[in-house]
Amino acid sequence: MQQALTSAIAANRFGLGARPGELASIGGDARDWLLAQLKGGPPALADTSLRSSQQILASALDLRREIQAAKKAADEGAQNGVLQKIPQLLKPIYVSEVTARLSAAVASERPFVERLTQFWANHFAVSIDKQFLAGLAGSFEREAIRPHVLGNFTDLLLAVESHPAMLLYLDNHLSVGPHSQLAERVERFQTERKIGINENLAREILELHTLGVGGGYTQTDVTTFAEVITGWSIGGEGGRFASGEPGTFVFRPELHEPGSKVVLGRSYADEGFGQGVAVLRDLARQRSTAHFIATKLARHFIADEPPPALVEHVADVFAHSGGDLPRVYRALIESREAWAQPLAKYKTPSDYIISSFRGLAVEPEGHAPLLPFELLGQRTWQPGSPAGWPDRSADWDGASALIKRIQWADAVGERLGSQRDAAELAPQLLGANLSDATRTAVSRAASAAQALTLLLAAPEFMRR
Amino acid sequence: MSRMQRREFLNLTALAAGAALLTSRVAFAHAGERKSRLVVVILRGALDGLAAVPPYGDPDYAQLRREVALHAPGEAGGALPLNGFFGLHPSLLFMQQCYQAKELTVLHALASPYRERSHFDGQDVLENGSPQAHSLQTGWLNRALAAAPLPGAREAGVALGQNVPLLMRGPAAVTSWSPSKLTALDEDTLARITDLYSGDTLLSVRLADALAADAIAAEQGGNGAAMMSTASGARAAPANNARYAEIVRAAAGFLRQDDGPKVAVFDTTGWDTHANEGGAQGQLAGRLTALDSGLATLKQELGPAWSETAVLLVTEFGRTAAINGTRGTDHGTATAAFLIGGAVAGGRVIAEWPGLSARALYQGRDLAPTLDLRAVLKGLLADHLSVPSRALEDSVFPGSSAAKPLHGLLHG
Repeated sequence: MQQALTSAIAANRFGLGARPGELASIGGDARDWLLAQLKGGPPALADTSLRSSQQILASALDLRREIQAAKKAADEGAQNGVLQKIPQLLKPIYVSEVTARLSAAVASERPFVERLTQFWANHFAVSIDKQFLAGLAGSFEREAIRPHVLGNFTDLLLAVESHPAMLLYLDNHLSVGPHSQLAERVERFQTERKIGINENLAREILELHTLGVGGGYTQTDVTTFAEVITGWSIGGEGGRFASGEPGTFVFRPELHEPGSKVVLGRSYADEGFGQGVAVLRDLARQRSTAHFIATKLARHFIADEPPPALVEHVADVFAHSGGDLPRVYRALIESREAWAQPLAKYKTPSDYIISSFRGLAVEPEGHAPLLPFELLGQRTWQPGSPAGWPDRSADWDGASALIKRIQWADAVGERLGSQRDAAELAPQLLGANLSDATRTAVSRAASAAQALTLLLAAPEFMRR
Repeated sequence: MSRMQRREFLNLTALAAGAALLTSRVAFAHAGERKSRLVVVILRGALDGLAAVPPYGDPDYAQLRREVALHAPGEAGGALPLNGFFGLHPSLLFMQQCYQAKELTVLHALASPYRERSHFDGQDVLENGSPQAHSLQTGWLNRALAAAPLPGAREAGVALGQNVPLLMRGPAAVTSWSPSKLTALDEDTLARITDLYSGDTLLSVRLADALAADAIAAEQGGNGAAMMSTASGARAAPANNARYAEIVRAAAGFLRQDDGPKVAVFDTTGWDTHANEGGAQGQLAGRLTALDSGLATLKQELGPAWSETAVLLVTEFGRTAAINGTRGTDHGTATAAFLIGGAVAGGRVIAEWPGLSARALYQGRDLAPTLDLRAVLKGLLADHLSVPSRALEDSVFPGSSAAKPLHGLLHG
């Protein structure tokens, strides 16, 4: 295959869009350029002032206690005052985290790793429309996802499911075994209030994180698995849940449903916390999981409806390597299909914005980074559901979505047109994907601003 | 671009894109007098039908719902009265007025053919209209519109949002529209982009659709401007109330037009109440209040067109009959749906109530389904949009012959 074409595919499909000069630097074999990015640990974000989940959550829990105290005291003035404090705490954290993430994506020389981080953060999606998650989504990604994207799937899975952000997002922190010590105590004193499991996290682990929806589990598996992970909780909540280091993962034996349990036909002895870990380890090794992850990766990197043979091959590599992620990525890169059809994927709004920032070498600053994501319909970390953002063209190619992209491109053209040479940038951004029509349109534009708008609106810039 | 310029440009664009949007408008403008309008609201996340329409008369209801059970009408935190057995959640004040005015029909113990408990597959079945998730890439509403083209419309339907949900994807021309805080493009740049897209089937059609929708929005004079200004006035993170108001104003703006789309669709989210769902007050109550006031705004904005309108509120499945250990409810099976509007022969609860005893519950945990959602949809599409029964059986709801159309949901 033509070298120019493979480098354009590598930078735009596997990377996050070419920066000026990037295509030229890719060199002889675009596969090598991608594989080299998988070497070494995953890069941390440059902003070292970002706080840990533990610090953020502990502060948020403190504020919640203040609110509860004010409520108890029936002090409305104090209540309103404290209520404001939670968004005042979380909003600036969200802004800093989005900015740090975007800056990394825009500047990265290992854009494949950044894309993989985004892929996994979306696979294990949390959404900021749940309480506290606006403050935790970024630190969750930094702590549970980013360190493991070049490691093993099992480690990634364990880090995610035991992270306070996920436990909060899918309600597991307050889930109580129906025969746990706590439930038995409550039963004796209280008849009205029901205490028991919440199956939300267990179901989504099976359906969205591991086996996939047709992956061979039953409602009984969901319920039993929910019992297995009772006790996976967070320190420093109120009342019965006050103990433990505030804001960290805590296993609460008194909430845990006792006894051995059968999940997917296999019996697990009760080792408390270890029971959940054992089930998760086995889930990571299920063939359904390999198939589900391979399908999602192939859909993300190759085509909306990826070729079944390729999916099977990637699933085989996943299964045989025990979930060794770099080997799985390598299988994708080394497949013929990855390079066969340029521009098979329609960019999501996030892809579109990041590739524009990269292509124009724009430095994200202040609050500005949030706005384009909001305008184009993909607020960072707000997919609105644990399934994450969808990954097919039809989910993103609406008429209204397109006109907004074009309007945004127009605004970018107005702002940066005088500082960038679109005709010079076009081949640097699009390489072999650049069409004659776009080249001509850009060169004949009525103004520098319009030239830049046309480049960003071009059909080949809408896709990757 | 001035309005006239935009209109002229639109002509060119539509023709250039090969989408004969304006010519179809000319051909049908005076062809038919039927003006039925349909709004479909998808409640994503699985609405708790037993909270929205509490069966307070069922002897097992209070024990299943414990501290979040809604009481009989008249009691503190009581439901709003419907028929002596079912009530409406106390947040649904406008909907109860509609019930009294015989403009609301409640359907209960209803379910799509989907019997598992995944939101995402459940929504897929709800929208694709087949018994299987992911078996079709188009939606039943679009296929119905393709089978029964509506008079006078440039596009058969509009999705209020940036993208078109599966329900509305398919062969019939539909568009999407959402308010933009960005500035419209100048004519020259737009013409150049149109030209640049001429070789790209997807982008040329989408651009033409977007411009057609914008033109309708811009044509509306005072109300259109109000629709736009509300949109641009709503700053970051609008509350649910403001968001609904914005969407329903836009929907009404399209539906009011004689030559606009007659079908509008939009999504709502936040119904997945696993924890701290609340009772008469709380999380779900807040969301229902926002939905209810959105519907009231829709009626107000539609004006006289309300009398020709049916609004369908549907969700992918229901929630567990009993509350869970975190004062919420987990994924279930049957739930409630609503038909509301001036065209609806309302004031009724349609339900073959299966009861909530342990034995009656589906798989020992969920409200059992006794009414197939597709029976309701078939009746609605046949009687309101004149979709031929043959098409309903063959293309719109394949594999649904057991679900006989439920007629009589609308005024003669």
